[in-house]
Amino acid sequence: MSFLSEQLGNGQFVVTAEIAPPKGTDLSEALAAVEKLTGITAVNVTDNQGANMRLSSLALAARLQQQGTETVLQLTCRDRNRMALQSDLLGAASFGIENLLLLSGDHSKFGDHPDSRPVFDLDSVQLLDMAAGLMAGTDMAGKSLDGVPEFFPGAAVNPAAEPFELMFQKVAKKVDSGARFFQTQSVFDREILERFMLAMQPLQVPVIAGVLLIRSSRMARFLNDNIPGVQVPETLVQRLDSAEDSLAEGVEIAREAVAWAREHCQGVHLMTLGHEDRIPEILS
Amino acid sequence: MIISELKPYEELQQALADFDKLFIVGCAACATACKSGGEDEVFKFQEWLNEQGKDATGSVIIDEACHIARAARDLRHHKAAVQDADALVVLACGSGIQSISSNVDKQVVGGLNSMFLGNVRRFGQYEEMCSLCGDCILNETAGICPVTTCAKGLLNGPCGGMADGHCEVDAEIECAWSLIFERLKSQQRQGVFARRVPPKNWSRRFQPGRYRLKDGES
Repeated sequence: MSFLSEQLGNGQFVVTAEIAPPKGTDLSEALAAVEKLTGITAVNVTDNQGANMRLSSLALAARLQQQGTETVLQLTCRDRNRMALQSDLLGAASFGIENLLLLSGDHSKFGDHPDSRPVFDLDSVQLLDMAAGLMAGTDMAGKSLDGVPEFFPGAAVNPAAEPFELMFQKVAKKVDSGARFFQTQSVFDREILERFMLAMQPLQVPVIAGVLLIRSSRMARFLNDNIPGVQVPETLVQRLDSAEDSLAEGVEIAREAVAWAREHCQGVHLMTLGHEDRIPEILS
Repeated sequence: MIISELKPYEELQQALADFDKLFIVGCAACATACKSGGEDEVFKFQEWLNEQGKDATGSVIIDEACHIARAARDLRHHKAAVQDADALVVLACGSGIQSISSNVDKQVVGGLNSMFLGNVRRFGQYEEMCSLCGDCILNETAGICPVTTCAKGLLNGPCGGMADGHCEVDAEIECAWSLIFERLKSQQRQGVFARRVPPKNWSRRFQPGRYRLKDGES
């Protein structure tokens, strides 16, 4: 059983952080960043995030897992058909990776290979179903597995998505398909988080709130223009703009979000993008 | 209909570099409606060839260039002009181009790019709504195809990139799932939201497609 599933099961407030594999074969920076992480339950490893090609999330997660760091493997439907997805999931299990974050993935149009053919053979609901099937000992063709994986599958949600009712029907489907936890898109608004958590209550599935460290107003504007599902409110952009030390202000904004999460959610997922050393401050 | 557009002239210049005399084929169906291979375009193409210092030996607009036998018949009617040409230029969709190439020994140069099966919003404005995937769930999606009109072809609802009911790939476009949701709601039915849709059976999209009416059906 993974620490993440154990702690969420015990009602402990969990903290996960995020690390991106390098664009290339040099793992030293990623491994050094992980070294800096303290007080973390598990490290999310992103999968070609923002549709930018990088070293495989499975390879880095396997390396971390072998070094004794618990990981959450992110896996997207964008780049793989159902055979590749099953194959990678079995591969992950062989390295002792249990925690999964199963995603549809940003469209390849946003990344550095916009001419590629996006796959989306499965959607995130179907991917969750498939992981459940593997855990029950059969692949999607109904064939039995020689050695059965144990996973703790999670799913993503954007609590700010509108229409809310439509977004939430997919959350319910993900729960039916075996999502054991949710990790949210970056949260910037207390009321939006509260509305979402109220709707989540009857489903009884733990929610880890996404908290993004925004280091400047420039970055906030970039996110608003380029990252699907992320909208930094104008009030925060202005706070960053007028701050003397915009990184310190970003840390303060992240601290506020962590406080909301402590009040309403079962954990927090920190996206610090190279500022891992600020994590203790964000959590303090 | 099949939506097509003329290839860039630079590309055509290269494709036609080795030929001096060309026979031009257009299509009276889709390529005419798309203003890519009708009478006007065949005429314009002939003028362009002349500007390039090339000759047109003749031309024909086939009723439906995709009709293999009809294409053969129409080409026979222009036998001398076809014989006289170094190659044929076809202003029709990829299907039409291949009807022609299967009927002549000469080299065939396609002049158009074929883009999608399009619905007509109004003349000159075409939208892709069906991708001919062979496994239709329109009855559950209030007649809106998510395989085609969702940028990711998702089957169980919108992705995390949906913003205010619009698509992450193009904010101008409404999210297919938002449209499906609204329409089902107005019809007071759950439709596709009543179940988890299993992975799509892509083997129903026969590739290469072949279909033949059974005896007695025709």
